Amino acid sequence: MNKLKSARTGGILVLMAIIAVLPLFLDNAFQFEIAILIFFNAIVCIGLNLLVGYGGQISLGHGAFVGLGAYGSAILTMQQEWDPLLSMVVAAAFTGGLCFIIARPILKLKGHYLAMATLGMGIIISIVINTEDQLTGGPDGMYVDGLSFMTDQIQWYWLIGGLLVFSVWASLNLIHSPIGRALRAVHGSEVAAEVVGVDTTQYKVLIFVVSGVFASVVGSLGVYYSNFVTPDIAGFFHSIELVVMVVFGGMASTFGAVIGAAILTILPQVLTFLHDFEHLVFGLILMLTMIFLPKGLVPTIADFFKKGDK
Amino acid sequence: MSAEFLQFLFSGVTLGATYALVGLGFSIIYNASHVINFAQGEFVMMGGMGTVFFLGLGLPMPVAILAAIALTTLFGFGLERFAIAPARGASVVTLIIITIGASIVMRGLVQVVWGKEFHAIPSFSGDEPIMIGGATILPQSLWVLGVTVLLVLALRYFFEKTIMGKAIIATSLNRDAALLMGINVRLVLFISFGLSAALGAAAGILVAPITLTNFEAGIMLGLKGFCAAILGGLGNGMGAVAGGMIVGIAEAMGAGYWISEYKDAVAFILILLVLFFKPSGLFGKTGTERV
Amino acid sequence: MTSRQNGFKNTLCALGMVAGAFAVGTTQAEAADPIKIGTFLSVTGPASFLGDPELKTLELYIEQINEGGGVLGRQIELIQYDVGVDSKKAITAVKRLVSQDEVDVIVGGSTSGATMAVVPIVQKAKVPFISLAGAVAIVEPVKPWVFKTPHTDKMACGKIFEDLQARGLTTIAMISGTGGFGKSMNGQCTKLAPAYNINIAAAESYGPKDTDMTAQLTKIKGVDGVQAVVNAGFGQGPAIVTKNYRQLGMTMPLYQSHGVASRKFIELAGDAAEGVRLPAAALLVADMLEDSDPQKAVVQAYTKDYSEAYGGSVSTFGGHAYDGLQIAISAIARAGSTDKQAVRDEIEKTSGYVGTGGVVNMSATDHLGLDLSAFKMLEIKNGDWTIVK
Repeated sequence: MNKLKSARTGGILVLMAIIAVLPLFLDNAFQFEIAILIFFNAIVCIGLNLLVGYGGQISLGHGAFVGLGAYGSAILTMQQEWDPLLSMVVAAAFTGGLCFIIARPILKLKGHYLAMATLGMGIIISIVINTEDQLTGGPDGMYVDGLSFMTDQIQWYWLIGGLLVFSVWASLNLIHSPIGRALRAVHGSEVAAEVVGVDTTQYKVLIFVVSGVFASVVGSLGVYYSNFVTPDIAGFFHSIELVVMVVFGGMASTFGAVIGAAILTILPQVLTFLHDFEHLVFGLILMLTMIFLPKGLVPTIADFFKKGDK
Repeated sequence: MSAEFLQFLFSGVTLGATYALVGLGFSIIYNASHVINFAQGEFVMMGGMGTVFFLGLGLPMPVAILAAIALTTLFGFGLERFAIAPARGASVVTLIIITIGASIVMRGLVQVVWGKEFHAIPSFSGDEPIMIGGATILPQSLWVLGVTVLLVLALRYFFEKTIMGKAIIATSLNRDAALLMGINVRLVLFISFGLSAALGAAAGILVAPITLTNFEAGIMLGLKGFCAAILGGLGNGMGAVAGGMIVGIAEAMGAGYWISEYKDAVAFILILLVLFFKPSGLFGKTGTERV
Repeated sequence: MTSRQNGFKNTLCALGMVAGAFAVGTTQAEAADPIKIGTFLSVTGPASFLGDPELKTLELYIEQINEGGGVLGRQIELIQYDVGVDSKKAITAVKRLVSQDEVDVIVGGSTSGATMAVVPIVQKAKVPFISLAGAVAIVEPVKPWVFKTPHTDKMACGKIFEDLQARGLTTIAMISGTGGFGKSMNGQCTKLAPAYNINIAAAESYGPKDTDMTAQLTKIKGVDGVQAVVNAGFGQGPAIVTKNYRQLGMTMPLYQSHGVASRKFIELAGDAAEGVRLPAAALLVADMLEDSDPQKAVVQAYTKDYSEAYGGSVSTFGGHAYDGLQIAISAIARAGSTDKQAVRDEIEKTSGYVGTGGVVNMSATDHLGLDLSAFKMLEIKNGDWTIVK
């Protein structure tokens, strides 16, 4: 058990080291931008991974929760002139509350029906954002003031990098707590878990709320960072992108979620030189990875090293 | 019945027939393989864009249509052989992502080869609207409805009367038993993907004269077709047809009597309401989970 | 359990990949000191109508200029990113253009939404920016670093209202796209209507990807007294509106905006386009212009170049890109360097430039430099443009 704990700590230390050293290799504002974007996506993916990877639920509408945080913050700060941090907390509470209300009916569904329900919910939220242009600016999006004390990009780098380390730490601890064990039981077989006395519904609701709040907070901070928000953040493609990051990196692996987010954030930027062929190549990479590494990158690599150790 | 209501109804059944065909495509693949094919909308798009391309080569309309359907069917076969078959046994989410990858590849391919512009296919029999009870309907809408009815009847015959159709049904009910009975399950899967691609292509060709088409035209159609399939109960073919009609009509009425900006939301609101009260769709069987 | 122990190795792999990816990113930016023109266009998505000819035009003429020895003896390099219709992508692209690619000038922005979203960034980075989008808000109020080439939505409203007055029509309905241009033009027309004694009796809207507008048009059809319908929007939406309009048997005059001024519109809408009127630049009717028209030579040359290179017919959108590029290039030539402040000042001093959109005379208070005279009212007859006299 001690060894296990130290390995976990080791992973976090490595992550911290990477975040600390990376700025030496970044030579302009755009590269910092991408690094910060990776941190943002990684945090959402860690939350989503709790739901998809450990909870065994499918969510094709997670972008909507990021969107609720983003637009909640945008509307409260710009139109109600609230303090940005207060807006962020209120938006997160709202998103968490919404998750709590819809969790029971939605998580009652299974497999593809659950996929459809989460997808539908996401699309409805994104249509509302697109349509209520008095509030949201419609398809063109809206401008949002930033946090007055965050004047420099590098400050954002440290803030979001720090938040990422915290998220990894929190996620790992949750997974190894009694709640996490119950969750994994839910993933294995819900019926079996219920038979041995695990209240599966309660845990599923909890994890749904937690992942929604993760997403909402990232949405809010993302808006304060980039000063702009468009409805695509809540759209179908963003939701799909998030699930793809989790599965690509490896389900039920916190570091997998981080690595999936990193690779799939960088990849489209690297592929821009292909111009018209960009989407084609991106789709091919996605398909090939999932066909040949169906468990995702990190678990496959882990298995490989495990064999090597013998 | 007011002329306005009739007008919305005509819109609704035309849309509904298209969704029904797309939904049927989802159902056929789901039945055979338990995969939800997120590239179904791209089959629809490929039908329309393929026809535009073959017409551009100077082929007469019927030949261009058949060529486009044949090409799309090839993509359906290819998807099964090179992406779904090798990933056998992967989790539901992984399979979903593979088909999403396939949809990105197909959009990317069409964009590179045939371009990004919007195109119109000429209507099959002119654009002169037909007046019925103060409302108007396009001849093309009648084509959409008529061909949909024919295709649905043909599929019924296929599944109930032919050996291959029965083999597909048997595989969907119990794959292992079907295998033991000497059914070539791999062939069944292969055929289902091709059939579903052909259906999608047909839908895409039928509506392209009304809605225009480009490489992104299949995205929303695919999602609505998925709605139709789920609403009717996954794997239930006639359910998907009914689901498609319900979604189409609800959408048109929503746009007409409610707020037109929210018409795309109608399908999804409907599906959430149905799923909350009947978690396996309107006509679906409630499954039992194996422990 | 062991998967945790491998966290270290895994993270190392990730670091390698991250570093590798950034290395790819940086090697692109090396070359023998060319002049860098950046652009971000809607090459895909519902506005590819605009972005596609714009990109083709930029590529065509930059190649031409380079073959002729470039500008100031330096070659021109075009750096382009496709942003679809997502303003957020436009922001990422422009940040990349100004901070990583370090471009000298930006000519781009197919949609008003994308342009307005990046204005704060170019203003802060102090890079001259010539937008190819329609909304009047881009240049009113004037922003020091932002210019544009297309006629504004406000001018389109004015031109349409003049024509309505000439026909003695006073009550209209508007149907608008919900994207930046449609929304903005709808607002401008609503503001301008009273000055022309025009009453807007109904207003409907549709989303950028909608494929059926019969519901909105049926509602308009049910409003009493509507004498004409004005459609504010760009892309394929107006073509579907036009088709649906005929399908419903609506016969009152239908006006489109310059947002559909390409032959593609006639092709998509087919017979339904007959009789549709729209204000547009002279480019579409190059051969019908009077010989004395100063624009005639320019628009004929552009039409020839473009159709020879890409086949097919020209659109005014490609023309906007042509104007933007020429204005930028001649400003750099006059400034004698790519010093951003000097280039900006020279762009602002552009005068007497004869382009595809009209004769451009910019000033410190006018970053567009066009007047209504450059706008023609066109009507579609027998599948072709004609000038309404």
